[in-house]
Amino acid sequence: MSLDFTLAIGDDALVAAQRLGEWTSRAPEMEEDIALANIALDQLGAARLLLTYAGELEGAGRDEDDLAYLRGDREFRNCLLVELPNGDFGVTMAKLFFLAAYQSPLYTALAGCADERLAAVGAKARKESAYHLDHAALWVKRLGDGTEESHRRMQDAVDEVWPYVHELFAPDPAAPVDPSTLRADFDATVSAVLDEATLTRPETGWAPGGGRDGLHTEHLSYLLAEMQVLHRAHPGASW
Amino acid sequence: MYGNDFAPPEDAPGGGLLGEVEAAEAALREAAARARRGGPAPDEDVEAYFTDVINADQKIEPRDWMPEAYRRTLIRQIAQHAHSEIIGMQPEGNWISRAPSLKRKAILLAKVQDEAGHGLYLYAAAETLGISRDELVDLLLDGRQKYSSIFNYPTLTWADVGAIGWLVDGAAIVNQVPLCRCSYGPYARAMIRVCKEESFHQRQGYEILHTLAHGTPAQKAMAQDAVDRWWYPSLAMFGPPDGDSTHSAQSMAWKIKRFSNDELRQRFVDMCVGQAEVLGLTLPDPDLRWNDERQAYDYTQPDYAELMRVIKGDGPCNRERMAHRRKAHADGAWVREAAAAYAAKRAERKEPVAA
Repeated sequence: MSLDFTLAIGDDALVAAQRLGEWTSRAPEMEEDIALANIALDQLGAARLLLTYAGELEGAGRDEDDLAYLRGDREFRNCLLVELPNGDFGVTMAKLFFLAAYQSPLYTALAGCADERLAAVGAKARKESAYHLDHAALWVKRLGDGTEESHRRMQDAVDEVWPYVHELFAPDPAAPVDPSTLRADFDATVSAVLDEATLTRPETGWAPGGGRDGLHTEHLSYLLAEMQVLHRAHPGASW
Repeated sequence: MYGNDFAPPEDAPGGGLLGEVEAAEAALREAAARARRGGPAPDEDVEAYFTDVINADQKIEPRDWMPEAYRRTLIRQIAQHAHSEIIGMQPEGNWISRAPSLKRKAILLAKVQDEAGHGLYLYAAAETLGISRDELVDLLLDGRQKYSSIFNYPTLTWADVGAIGWLVDGAAIVNQVPLCRCSYGPYARAMIRVCKEESFHQRQGYEILHTLAHGTPAQKAMAQDAVDRWWYPSLAMFGPPDGDSTHSAQSMAWKIKRFSNDELRQRFVDMCVGQAEVLGLTLPDPDLRWNDERQAYDYTQPDYAELMRVIKGDGPCNRERMAHRRKAHADGAWVREAAAAYAAKRAERKEPVAA
């Protein structure tokens, strides 16, 4: 159970890092370019620790790069939220905000779990995650309560991304941290920020999922094709 | 970042230059400790005072009087440097998504992030001369100010990321180390910080090439191809030969510039030859050989006609680089406007409390 869970949250972090990295040299201001790279680096750092540990749990001799570069999309266990395209800056901030509002209580809970390795990752990543949450929440408020255009765009972004959050909290009582226990914390954070941002949560029952079982959107295969192309072109090479 | 440090190889580049940066930093502290005269004497004209400070190897600071041409030269040079950092994010950023290992991806992301940071504090240094960052960004986007021509070449393979680190960052450091002693204080201080970080970048690039050159035959070929393509453009980074350089003499007198283009280019060539041997890669110059009399390497000059074409806008990627920058700026406009509107609303709401 620990293996599936570790892969799932490791893949979340890896795919989030890959998407955030796409912003490099494209951010709305230079300070934001630096901030997004920072967050991408945090996610990538957590992904490396988690995938390394997943490889050890699996016991088949696979390291972080084997898992990142040599699995196909059906073997990835990340949630759909992180693989969605970046869209405009509003969509990226909606994705990051919801992800951080989930990762922040997740890593905090993980820091106190029985598995020492996961607890160590949690202890390190929760501080980073708290910053991601602050940063994304500030932008959600700025854009929601900024200009007419930014309000419209930010509301559209929330509407577009919101259905994908439900998958994050699917119950898994056997996991080191049962994701369903994080939902109340998440909802409280989201409500407070959206209210202040003058934004509303969409009323929709649509709750796409499947990522944890390796059933993804059409986007993931393209993301992996780009990420893995060079590594796969030189089998067995060291870099 | 997690565990991306490499043990420095015995023969890693950058050691000597880093020593020079540290020496410049020490000199800067000494100069500050010597304390300048507080300002021109009542009957002394400001220009004489300015010259005096320069001659005494002290630093000119933002509030000091300075000749208009000195100010303009510095703005042009610092802005061009800042723009280069920002545009320079593109060719390397091109490989972040495809970096061949997670460790390399993390290193590259951090490096490109450093470049954005360099851009920011160079713009801040330029702002001390009485021009705003927004104005400078507009000058870049309108094409009225330039950035380093080297970034108008494409990064076609992963090895190009290594070659940029080793050769382009290497050339940049050779160029910039003397600027750590520049007479304008804010620029000198910014350059000390930039050079320290650049020397890590250079080492990382060298490390990429070293790994490739000692890897599979395909990897080694990739490394050699990258060095073949980046060698002459890197030599051209030092600018036209001394005889044709328009800004040099005055900049030397003002101690903005300390060495001529050709002197720096020679220093770079001499530095690279040994490093290329350790890498096991060949510099693409059949006439490269040691000259015992000059105690330096003879080498083939880069194609300066090509340099001029690229500077004028006809390099392989000039249009693409500018279009990318303009698009990012335009796409971000609504976000910047929103941030300003939000800040204004917050200030308004706070006002009654403050009153």
